[in-house]
Amino acid sequence: MSHHKKPRRFKPDRDVKEWKGAYVPYDILKEAFVAFLAVAVLIVLLAVVFSSPDEPAITLKSWSTIDPVDFAQTAITELDGTSATATYGPPYNSTPDASQHIGFFEPDQWFGVHQPIDTARDFVTGPLQTLPDQPVTEAAIALYQHSTAAQQAAWTTAYEKAVANATDVNGRLHVPAGRYGPVGLMVGSLTAMAQTGGLDGTLLSEGQFYNTNYTKPLLFLADGTYLSDQAQAQHLSGDQWGMMNETGNYPGQAWLWLYTMWYQVSPMNSSANGDLEVWVIMMVLSVGLIFLPFIPILRSVPRWTRVYKLIWRRHYRELAGT
Amino acid sequence: MSIETGTPAEAPAPTSTPEESRQWTARVRHAAESAFPPHQLLPDRQPAYMASWIYVFGVLTVVSLAWVIITGCILAIMGPSWWHVSSAGHLVNSLHLWSVEAFFFFMVIHLWGKFFMAAWRGNRRLTWATGVISFLASVGAAFTGYLSQQNFDSQWISTQAKDGINSTGAGAVWNVLNFGQMLMWHIVLLPIGVAAIAGLHVLLVRRHGIVPPFDESDADPAPATASAIAADEPA
Amino acid sequence: MFLGVLLGALINLNGSGHYIHWGFIQMSVANFVVIVLMIVVFVLAILLPFPKRKRGGQ
Repeated sequence: MSHHKKPRRFKPDRDVKEWKGAYVPYDILKEAFVAFLAVAVLIVLLAVVFSSPDEPAITLKSWSTIDPVDFAQTAITELDGTSATATYGPPYNSTPDASQHIGFFEPDQWFGVHQPIDTARDFVTGPLQTLPDQPVTEAAIALYQHSTAAQQAAWTTAYEKAVANATDVNGRLHVPAGRYGPVGLMVGSLTAMAQTGGLDGTLLSEGQFYNTNYTKPLLFLADGTYLSDQAQAQHLSGDQWGMMNETGNYPGQAWLWLYTMWYQVSPMNSSANGDLEVWVIMMVLSVGLIFLPFIPILRSVPRWTRVYKLIWRRHYRELAGT
Repeated sequence: MSIETGTPAEAPAPTSTPEESRQWTARVRHAAESAFPPHQLLPDRQPAYMASWIYVFGVLTVVSLAWVIITGCILAIMGPSWWHVSSAGHLVNSLHLWSVEAFFFFMVIHLWGKFFMAAWRGNRRLTWATGVISFLASVGAAFTGYLSQQNFDSQWISTQAKDGINSTGAGAVWNVLNFGQMLMWHIVLLPIGVAAIAGLHVLLVRRHGIVPPFDESDADPAPATASAIAADEPA
Repeated sequence: MFLGVLLGALINLNGSGHYIHWGFIQMSVANFVVIVLMIVVFVLAILLPFPKRKRGGQ
């Protein structure tokens, strides 16, 4: 480390006169060992007294069984391309003007589509076509796929209207009659497939035996309202400062307080680009904290607030005594 | 060689020849020795002004991190699903969760203390910076931990966080919905990163020493000599 | 050993949570307790006297 050889003005918030005074014996390894044991006792106590939360995951099977209407309403939006995932833009698809941006800064768009999802194929027709011995469903899919875009839209719009009044009769979906062609059968079959648990496995599969990528089942789940209703009940929603929270009465991630705070504040709380705006703010603040020693006024706060007088009171007393 | 014990006879430390001095090995060793003389790397004394309980929060943070890693290793022995099916596994998961809470608890108190001491003074800015970066990296490591739980929490956190991460473009490569990817970041890449940055932070503390108190006579700072404005190892 | 004790937590933190609403701030009681504890511990760390040591010279 090189010495500063040229004299420069002493700034008390940047510089310090190095210590030439007394030292006292101190055993830092013993201190570390004692601390290690103390923390061990602390975490064992906390673990034994409070344990840890483990709310079971929601499956497509449980979702479609408990709320088949919401499942069907979600499925039709996946088929007609109006779901949140279908209209998301990159990295899932190329929906125009979907990426968040601040002025010309639109990194989502620049990085492009790298996790391609075609919701109609990946979430509806694809899984249905894996079912063996379903000539009626196969015929419905074929009819749908060979129809014009206008005909498909007419059917899906009619089904969306009808399914808004659908009921759950002993776990089975009952949709009022309407002119929705093969779509009713397709969504009904998909709901039944989900209720057997078959859709969970099919959506997870990437055409290979071993899978660890849950993108498709999670996106389908998140497109519905059932998952967010459960989260809302546990106070985990974004507008409930949920980012900081854990399920039940467990402490969560208090250190995310500032990150989630920006989401509650205008204009981020109602902006279509809110996520990117909050990220930029937090990046700026993080860099600011790293470079705090260079920032005038902020780096003077410790000296001005004088908390140090309490921390070093014995040192100042001894200096005054000598 | 000593015939009785088979050990090499004591010899004076060899001085390097000019050829050896140009070696990478010799140069790295000399740099390490001059940056971290043993009495400074593992000192047995500390400045007399260190007389406050606030000074224990650095070591409390480090040992909490050690427990995070130890409990994480035990979870790794049995795999990510173990804690859902075993009460012993659930206990270890609880130990892991509470050691993370303790880690952040002590780290933030340590940060507050270091802020109010303006601990970056005297060329300790890199020590401050590595501390802040350790904090930020730890937030990332904790986040991937929440994603690795394989329960409702993971489902909600991943589907919400994806929007923030996708907005930056990082979602094209860093897919929070991909359990396998997030687990490997959590148990391999981020622990290595956090340990490396935290390790560098501790080495910098050993190198530059603990920041001395504000000088009360510096009410009106005046130009000082070069020898006073040095941020080197304590005498 | 103590594993048998851990079939259930001694204090069950699962179940419906409790939250504090203060102006536009919403916080879980658990997080609030953690933050208050941190401030208390910080203040105590600064105020509590540290044991005196014999000087070991320079």
